[in-house]
Amino acid sequence: MTIQNEIQITPDLVEAHGLKPDEYERILSLIGREPTFTELGIFSAMWNEHCSYKSSKKWLRTLPTDGPQVIQGPGENAGVVDIGDGQCVVFKMESHNHPSYIEPYQGAATGVGGILRDVFTMGARPIAAMNALRFGEPDHPKTHHLVAGVVAGVGGYGNSFGVPTVGGEVEFDARYNGNCLVNAFAAGLANTDAIFYSKAEGIGLPVVYLGAKTGRDGVGGATMASAEFDESIEEKRPTVQVGDPFTEKCLLEACLELMQTGAVIAIQDMGAAGLTCSAVEMGAKGDLGIELDLDKVPVREENMSAYEMMLSESQERMLMVLRPDKEAEAEAIFHKWGLDFAIVGKTTGDLRFRIFHQGDEVANLPIKELGDEAPEYDRPWRETGLYSPLPADQVDEPEDYGAALLSLVGSANNASRRWVFEQYDTLIQGNSLQLPGGDAGVVRVDGHPSKALAFSSDVTPRYCEADPFEGGKQAVAECWRNMTATGAEPLAATDNLNFGNPERPEIMGQLVKAIEGIGEACSALGFPIVSGNVSLYNETNGEAILPTPTIAGVGLIPDWSKMATIGGAKEGDAVILLGGDGTHLGQSAYMRECLGQADGPPPPVDLYVERRNGKVVRSAIRNGQFTACHDISDGGLALCLAEMAIASGKGMQLDIDTEIGPAHAQLFGEDQARYVVTVSPDLANFVCINAEGAGVPFRRLGTIGGDRLTIGGLLSISVEELRGAYESWFPDYMDGTAALAGEG
Amino acid sequence: MKSAVLLLPGLNRDRDMIAALTRISGEPPVTVWQTETEIPDVDLIVIPGGFSYGDYLRCGAIAARMPVMEAVRKKAQAGTRILGVCNGFQILVEAGLLPGALMRNASLKFVCREVLLEVVNADTVFTGRYGKGDIIRCPVAHHDGNYFAAPDDLKRLEDRDQVVFRYAKGTNPNGSINDIAGVVNEAGNVLGMMPHPENLIEAAHGGTDGEALFAAALEIAA
Repeated sequence: MTIQNEIQITPDLVEAHGLKPDEYERILSLIGREPTFTELGIFSAMWNEHCSYKSSKKWLRTLPTDGPQVIQGPGENAGVVDIGDGQCVVFKMESHNHPSYIEPYQGAATGVGGILRDVFTMGARPIAAMNALRFGEPDHPKTHHLVAGVVAGVGGYGNSFGVPTVGGEVEFDARYNGNCLVNAFAAGLANTDAIFYSKAEGIGLPVVYLGAKTGRDGVGGATMASAEFDESIEEKRPTVQVGDPFTEKCLLEACLELMQTGAVIAIQDMGAAGLTCSAVEMGAKGDLGIELDLDKVPVREENMSAYEMMLSESQERMLMVLRPDKEAEAEAIFHKWGLDFAIVGKTTGDLRFRIFHQGDEVANLPIKELGDEAPEYDRPWRETGLYSPLPADQVDEPEDYGAALLSLVGSANNASRRWVFEQYDTLIQGNSLQLPGGDAGVVRVDGHPSKALAFSSDVTPRYCEADPFEGGKQAVAECWRNMTATGAEPLAATDNLNFGNPERPEIMGQLVKAIEGIGEACSALGFPIVSGNVSLYNETNGEAILPTPTIAGVGLIPDWSKMATIGGAKEGDAVILLGGDGTHLGQSAYMRECLGQADGPPPPVDLYVERRNGKVVRSAIRNGQFTACHDISDGGLALCLAEMAIASGKGMQLDIDTEIGPAHAQLFGEDQARYVVTVSPDLANFVCINAEGAGVPFRRLGTIGGDRLTIGGLLSISVEELRGAYESWFPDYMDGTAALAGEG
Repeated sequence: MKSAVLLLPGLNRDRDMIAALTRISGEPPVTVWQTETEIPDVDLIVIPGGFSYGDYLRCGAIAARMPVMEAVRKKAQAGTRILGVCNGFQILVEAGLLPGALMRNASLKFVCREVLLEVVNADTVFTGRYGKGDIIRCPVAHHDGNYFAAPDDLKRLEDRDQVVFRYAKGTNPNGSINDIAGVVNEAGNVLGMMPHPENLIEAAHGGTDGEALFAAALEIAA
């Protein structure tokens, strides 16, 4: 039987492929004829927003991507950063938003699988993962189901693959009701002299297909991910791929084993748009053509057309160019791990992308132009209106400070994420030094006596909504600050930019201004962006998500025995606020949770101050001066202190001076670049003198002791009550509607 | 004493286990691949944790039927010490080397957290460095650790002191019957346990409560 590859191209068919009429005209003039059906599919895969970055490219180019520590910036499977001693950290963050909303378990699982593959494709063994998850409001009918499915999917894949999940975020907001966000981060460790790239070299060399077989799952997934949602969303379920972490684990081991033999010239994982994107990438980067014979592709379904094979997003697959003399050795390694190994084509010198199926040539396209000539748009944009200043005395004080703090501690957005992270294996590999719940996840560099890496993922979408530029800056600053709070030197970051429909000028304006803010902060902090991903069209029925530029960073701790933690305070320690008093209540968690308001500008980030304060904190940690350290962010000083008390199990006897400003601004203000540290009493003066010498404002708040968090005449709550509020929201929420059997 | 670690596709705490054995004995264990039919002469064989063969069919079911498990069975019969941790425990149960079954956690969720274990039997070759009744810390990380045995089997296990570890002080993470966390065979040379002592053996792990188990099994001089 012959499989039908030819289908008449009609305007409707072009539109169904997400190609605009002018984009189709561009295809016609590029190849000088009508494309075949397979070719149309290839163009649609290469030119959709997800793969081509056609709306964001112009602005992404403005981001700082260089630094002495950077080995590989954006443009490869992942960024690569030097950590000394001949080793490097390879990392990236990527979204899997649309698939996770359609099918939460598999969507999230394959998001984790995809990002792990990006990392080990470059020759790195994954050592840490994080996940930034954003859902609709808790009582929205879909939210509970999405939280349960996404968390189980993240855990199901990562736990089985064997990477510790050491950090992440979970946030709820009505603006994600119709479009949740799943941003998956992975980092791996490699030797700097053994990094693998996608650029093919040499003519006539075998192109080898490795890993799992190709099925019809995910056909058209990247095109789906580049469109808005509407009521027909359920029909898109077949475009979501199905993950198999067992195959991925075998693929990891087989790839790393094969890389050691010197057989690999180029390697590219099959992610979005599968075989199409990976083959074009390898050829175009190496100035080579690629010829594929689809009759050789291992398939697990019958009668697949060329179109389906080229667009399948079946998971756990790799494409490689191998040294011909090592073919047999490579094949043996893959068979040992029970994986498919097939020579499916070769590199050519003619810069054409040629596809054969059943003896016919079904595609013959210029390989460079497929990527390079993708449309690029300078879309119209306009700035969002900004809020006028909101002095703290115009914001209502709480009637009861204790009740206000308890409601913040036990709120959906600030309560403990234990229900989530206990479903993730946080300990595997035996190198986890700080688990989720502190400022950053910390993982020891395996085999090194003292070095460790810190990881944090951050963004405050309500700030970005109120002021995309300041919000972009703040996302970078908070990530940088979270790593600093452990004592780590922030090295570099990856950005995952989640926005609505860029064809709307106000959304495009959010993207432009957020990138500008990110760029400014990264430059000022010496914290370059080395990889990333853009996810647009996050809208349902015309309502966009909050602008959410997630920043995930990596930092280096030279000696983990001196790192700081959130819960290390000792009885009698002095509690010191570094970085100044709280004054700014605009867009604060206090206003949102306690007053039900979103007003005022977000707190501005002074990058000079951020850098200066961070330097003082890092240096004190490395000199062993702090027993605990925590950055001040959502919920201000009060929530920061409550989290420290819960983590250490120790009370605090503190005072604030109400003469210097309104008490609610001091307790709940979200002014940036601030930390709370605890210091043994004999070092407290020394720490304060050092801060003063460096120009960092400081205030001695009181001492660690007792079993209550007491702040002057304002509030006094037992640590147990705080812990109860903090730990109960998530399990109550999840078990309230699920009514599953309780644990043992 | 010498040790060996079984390597099966999908296991993923093999590297943790190899690191632990190397650290404690000063010598890396021999590794044994799934297709091998002979296991070298060692004193301790460890089946580490993970998801062998993807946990497909049933946790440990496919692994238990691989050729290498026949070799493990012979070694067990000959008295070699065998330790199965997490997936290793599930495999030993599926292979019939230990009684009972490991079902899905009562919460139906994967759970990774630290629990407390009571050393119920300190008279085994694995637990001799602990005292009877000691409470030790140990992390768990599993989806299917809910131990079950039929009433007669359970009575026999308890009567013969084959329950070695119990989850203590209300920390049972999975609904295991009688809070059982680890059991030994009648001969006393095969131990299966769900918790991960290999992840609590050095300062970086925040504790060393797991060290004594390996030190005892390998007869490292105290």
